[in-house]
Amino acid sequence: MPSLAPRRYWRYNLRLTAVLMLLWFLATFGLAYFARDLNFTFFGWPFGFWMAAQGSLVVYLLIVGCYAWFMNRLDEAEGLRDPVDGA
Amino acid sequence: MSPVPRSGAGPRAGGKSWASAPPTAASQLHFKHQLTRVYTWYTGGFLVFVLLLAVLEQLGLTREWIGLIFLLATIGLYAAIGIMSRTTDANEYYVAGRRVPAVYNGMATGADWMSAASFIGLAGTLYLQGYSGLAFVMGWSGGYCLVALFLAPYLRRFGQYTIPDFLGERYGGNAARTLGIVIAIVVSFVYVVAQIVGVGLITARLTGVAFELGVFLGLGGILVCSFLGGMRAVTWTQVAQYIILISAYMIPVVWLSVQQTGVPVPQLVYGYQLEKVTAQEAFLSSEPGELQVRELYRQRAVVLSEKLKDPSAALAQDRAAGEAQLLRLRAQRASEAEISAAERHLAQLPRDPEAARRIWSAELVEAQTKSQPLNGMTPHAQAFAGDPQGTEEEQSEFEHSRRNFLALIFCLMLGTAGLPHILMRYYTVPSVRQARQSVVWSLLFIVLLYFTAPALAVLVKFEVFHTLVGTPFDQLPAWVASWNRVDASLLSVRDINADGVLQLNELSIGGDIIVLAMPEIAGLPYVISGMVAAGGLAAALSTADGLLLTIANALSHDLYYKMIDPDASTTRRVTISKVLLLVVALLGAYVASVKVADILFLVSAAFSLAAAGLFPALVLGIFWKRASTLGALAGMLAGTGVTFYYMATTQPWLRSVFGVTGPVTDYQWWGIEPISAGIFGVPVGFAVIVLVSLVTPKPSQEVQDLVESLRYPAPR
Repeated sequence: MPSLAPRRYWRYNLRLTAVLMLLWFLATFGLAYFARDLNFTFFGWPFGFWMAAQGSLVVYLLIVGCYAWFMNRLDEAEGLRDPVDGA
Repeated sequence: MSPVPRSGAGPRAGGKSWASAPPTAASQLHFKHQLTRVYTWYTGGFLVFVLLLAVLEQLGLTREWIGLIFLLATIGLYAAIGIMSRTTDANEYYVAGRRVPAVYNGMATGADWMSAASFIGLAGTLYLQGYSGLAFVMGWSGGYCLVALFLAPYLRRFGQYTIPDFLGERYGGNAARTLGIVIAIVVSFVYVVAQIVGVGLITARLTGVAFELGVFLGLGGILVCSFLGGMRAVTWTQVAQYIILISAYMIPVVWLSVQQTGVPVPQLVYGYQLEKVTAQEAFLSSEPGELQVRELYRQRAVVLSEKLKDPSAALAQDRAAGEAQLLRLRAQRASEAEISAAERHLAQLPRDPEAARRIWSAELVEAQTKSQPLNGMTPHAQAFAGDPQGTEEEQSEFEHSRRNFLALIFCLMLGTAGLPHILMRYYTVPSVRQARQSVVWSLLFIVLLYFTAPALAVLVKFEVFHTLVGTPFDQLPAWVASWNRVDASLLSVRDINADGVLQLNELSIGGDIIVLAMPEIAGLPYVISGMVAAGGLAAALSTADGLLLTIANALSHDLYYKMIDPDASTTRRVTISKVLLLVVALLGAYVASVKVADILFLVSAAFSLAAAGLFPALVLGIFWKRASTLGALAGMLAGTGVTFYYMATTQPWLRSVFGVTGPVTDYQWWGIEPISAGIFGVPVGFAVIVLVSLVTPKPSQEVQDLVESLRYPAPR
């Protein structure tokens, strides 16, 4: 049976995943749904167009970046760093 | 071999000793430095090579030679990397020794991911569809969030060789593995055929050889590489291909941007060009010349739909009129030219009523499109068609357009996260930590191109709307005539209203031309055109490499080794994989050369099938211990079944194959297009797995331990 540590580790992972997925959902479907209404000008682009062409992509990069950063930090704190990654 | 290695360092040796030791921290660091040095030199070498060709072009080297040199040099390079990385070691052959540093795996994934569709097709789609085309940009990048959060780190911790491997271990038994093999192969094969077609087209265009010869030349390049070195060779070739494809894409766009705006960062400033395009759209929609052309097309559409009511009578009438005209001209002793024109007109009439119906229907569609403002394109910056505040019809058009946009994004994202050739790449990094980092790098390298494609579409549209439209026919730039000669379906102009000036609706453009002709539109020398074609070739070849390897490995590793002959030696497995690779590649080339129907549709079908067939079983396998074997099997079958059923009843080509008749709207659910069939398959897949799992026995303790080990890295 798993000890307490793995369970805590997994719960942290699930929470992080849930928060980031919510962000993913809003940036994708939330903004695209209202794209027609978000037509104020943003550096030349209508904002809805810019979000679909660039903004959402930046959010996606932040999502995967945050996930890697937080989980890798957790691994380190729990002493789970793989030796192949160096000290 | 234990099903789940406890460490991240890769599976244990099964009987035979590995040719290479498992990577250590020190060896990895050294290796990474070495790679950086090699690829820096390589990038410099490539730029020098392009400059050298540019100089030679000025000295009089012909276009054919430039094209040929580009083709042979790049394919030769990929082959050389393949020969240098040749291996018969299973760990090297299947997963590149699990020593690929995160950043290089990211680059390889970028090349693996970006196919001919991304490189050549995307900017064209964006040009033609405007905002609607952004569904591809969002879908093909947002899918990596799902890869990062739900799959990549867990698959790396699982640490085997293929995707069916995971299904087999998790859902214990050959049934799940077999189903995984079938779905992986169907999806990858459909996709690889499209890549081979792309290779053939580009090679033919680059060197002027026949399409079929182009296919086999390109195939030679793919095979030398993946045949000799498997994943190891494919990885290092893909990194090289990424560098070529991204420079080939960026350089001309930057140049075009400098010409139009004076700023070399098109991604930052094309918003202002978009504003000007939008203003010009309003002007062109009511410009008198445009109105005249549209009216002529409207009349033509009326005549054609009248003819289509009774094609055989209309055809007989046309023929009688033509013959009468010819007799009259002869009787009047009209000039040779007039008589031969009338003869030609008569000879060009459709052969029989069936042909007439086909030709006239196509002409009717064209005439209807061209009777609309802006050549039938929605204004570039406008999100969705129709109008939420307009008439009832406009409102429903708006709803329909928005719903399909969202559905397409959904399918492309989940399909991305279900494509085996992408997921397989995350087996090749040294650790879970690097698998997570590697997804970030992959997305970054992919976003570089996806940031640029919408910019390119707007810059080209600006050029067409402001410079090309309104130009007298005798002063059109040379590239118009030359591309018209190459392929009239890519670009053609016709002076419909005979005013001697080009109107927008007199111009027909095929999407692929946007990227292919971009260097000429920007007024760059031919060497850049050669480079763009080489970039397109790199994109198609790198994707084809990854796909062929996926198919061959699913057959040799999962089918042969895991199910037929578990005692096979590693050398034998690798040899079998190589033979299969050759067979699958030739089969793919054969299918590509007979040009099966709608290639573009086949590719999008692959996404929907991967989303519905693989994604639910993979994710629930990791996140829900209760998911049982029967649940997974039923879910995979139901998901692909529903997706396939929907496509078969709503997609024109499949409808004709399966003999589905009756109006297509009777079969559509909520008006969703067949390209997004996965939107129904995915929820069904998830629901069936959950429901069936709940009424079937719990998975064994062994399987539950496996899931537990995927979730938590065991301390050493």
